[in-house]
Amino acid sequence: MNSAMFIQHMLNSLTLGSLYALVAIGYTMVYGILRLINFAHSEMFMLGAYFVFWGITLGQLPWPVAMALAIAVTASLGVLVDQVAYRPLRDAPRISALISSIGVSFFLQNVAIVFFQAIPREVYRPQWLEDPIITHGVRILPLTLFVPFLSLLFMLVLLWIVYRTKAGLGMRAISKDIETSYLMGVPVNRIIALTFGIGTALAAASGIMWALRYPQLQPMMGTIPGFKAFIAAVFGGIGSIPGAVIGGLALGFIEIMTVAFFPDLAGYRDAFAFVLLIMVLMFKPTGLMGERLEDKV
Amino acid sequence: MLEIRDLHVHYGGIHALKGISLDVPKGSVVTLIGANGAGKSSTLRAIAGLLKNKRGHISWKGTDISGKTPVDIVKAGIVMSPEGRRIFAHLTVLENLQLGAYSRSDKAAIAKDMDWVFELFPRLSERRNQKGGTLSGGEQQMLAVARALMSAPELVMLDEPSLGLAPLLVKEVFSIIRMINDRGMTVLLVEQNAYAALKVAHQAYVLETGTITLSGTGESLIADARVREAYLGG
Ligand SMILES: Nc1ncnc2c1ncn2[C@@H]1O[C@H](COP(=O)(O)OP(=O)(O)O)[C@@H](O)[C@H]1O
Ligand SMILES: [Mg+2]
Repeated sequence: MNSAMFIQHMLNSLTLGSLYALVAIGYTMVYGILRLINFAHSEMFMLGAYFVFWGITLGQLPWPVAMALAIAVTASLGVLVDQVAYRPLRDAPRISALISSIGVSFFLQNVAIVFFQAIPREVYRPQWLEDPIITHGVRILPLTLFVPFLSLLFMLVLLWIVYRTKAGLGMRAISKDIETSYLMGVPVNRIIALTFGIGTALAAASGIMWALRYPQLQPMMGTIPGFKAFIAAVFGGIGSIPGAVIGGLALGFIEIMTVAFFPDLAGYRDAFAFVLLIMVLMFKPTGLMGERLEDKV
Repeated sequence: MLEIRDLHVHYGGIHALKGISLDVPKGSVVTLIGANGAGKSSTLRAIAGLLKNKRGHISWKGTDISGKTPVDIVKAGIVMSPEGRRIFAHLTVLENLQLGAYSRSDKAAIAKDMDWVFELFPRLSERRNQKGGTLSGGEQQMLAVARALMSAPELVMLDEPSLGLAPLLVKEVFSIIRMINDRGMTVLLVEQNAYAALKVAHQAYVLETGTITLSGTGESLIADARVREAYLGG
């Protein structure tokens, strides 16, 4: 393999990895606060992509506007799902909300099949993302620069919210001790809603960019990336935002590089993530950046 | 200022508070003493708005607050520092204190209270950028009290602030209680350290398995034979 190809693989890894990371952040944030694995999260990824499709085809909106709008609508939907399906179960055993999230996941998939139909659809891609840039014999797809760049931007905004704002302080407090946060006057329900909103927005952004990268829409498109992002979150240490980012990038890297170096294994690429999950659970169940799990699970 | 009438709390089948009534007058230190499991924490938690399974009247400055959320209660001027300190170990001392001021928005007033709290607890000031979890037990207790004070409360409820502290630190905790009371704040203190609590209290109540069995001034209860027998080691 020459260095030009290596650079291309690196950019592809970064693209795929940041898409996983964005979704993983949502899993980890919700888990961090509610100890809930929100299975409906992968449907938010799918819906975000479809909403852009609608915005462009039905709404005749320019692509960036459709993207911003789709993120906002999906985020609101994420908040709504929490209010309707999880909030009434806050005081119930944790497994109840988990099962509810599986229900929501199937529900949204089926609604998507009805509304969007099961046939895969082509996605509009802005031309400037497709015209390759060729320098020093390296052929770079602008998309592989655009996706990591935009993802980084989203992550910086997220980190700013979590570590530099009052609401972020509330989130960090709630994730350790909801009751004491309440006693200090933190509006817990509002902060949880905000967490769902932010996490869902990132999943939608990821789904939208995924649809640019693999330009096809179908109602089940969230399932596999969602599972992998969940594995990335576990690998990084569930509950930890930096862990989700590192886990996502690592998974993207492993997937792309294994296929690049061992093309014979390409057919197994979806299996790598699950092998990784099993290894993490066997050898380091708390993940890379995770804390003790006893008080969480 | 705070009046509780016929307060009941149930946990499933457990009737933890069986209709208690008590008064906390403005500017006073009132203590609630009793053995483990008597219902002291439940009383404070009911006032703080944490318990849904309660019945009875809790009136604060003339209005009924029994249906309010914890956030409303803090905004109304009542704060509770929970049993076992419960500081945020992964947040810095400063962030813990900022969290205490979460319900407020006047930045200038918050900054002023922050200065005051650091003056009151110089050791916290030195450690302001340290994680809460790195503090010693005594310092954590100071932080828990300081954090509560950051909400600019009129009534401070402290649940066993001396629990697990060395004797010297226990003394310090009680001198701090006096100090915040001198600043005009009303204190509702729950303690197992009955003697020290009765010494500092203007008014005291004895709670036994969910019922108030005795009440009076702190001094009168120290002198009471039943209290001496049960709580002061004869
Ligand atoms: N969350 C709870 N679930 C069930 N029972 C509880 C709960 N909290 C307290 N209790 C019971 O209520 C009674 C009073 O407890 P508590 O108010 O904590 O007493 P104290 O603070 O005086 O030790 C005890 O019998 C205790 O076991
Ligand atoms: Mg107690």
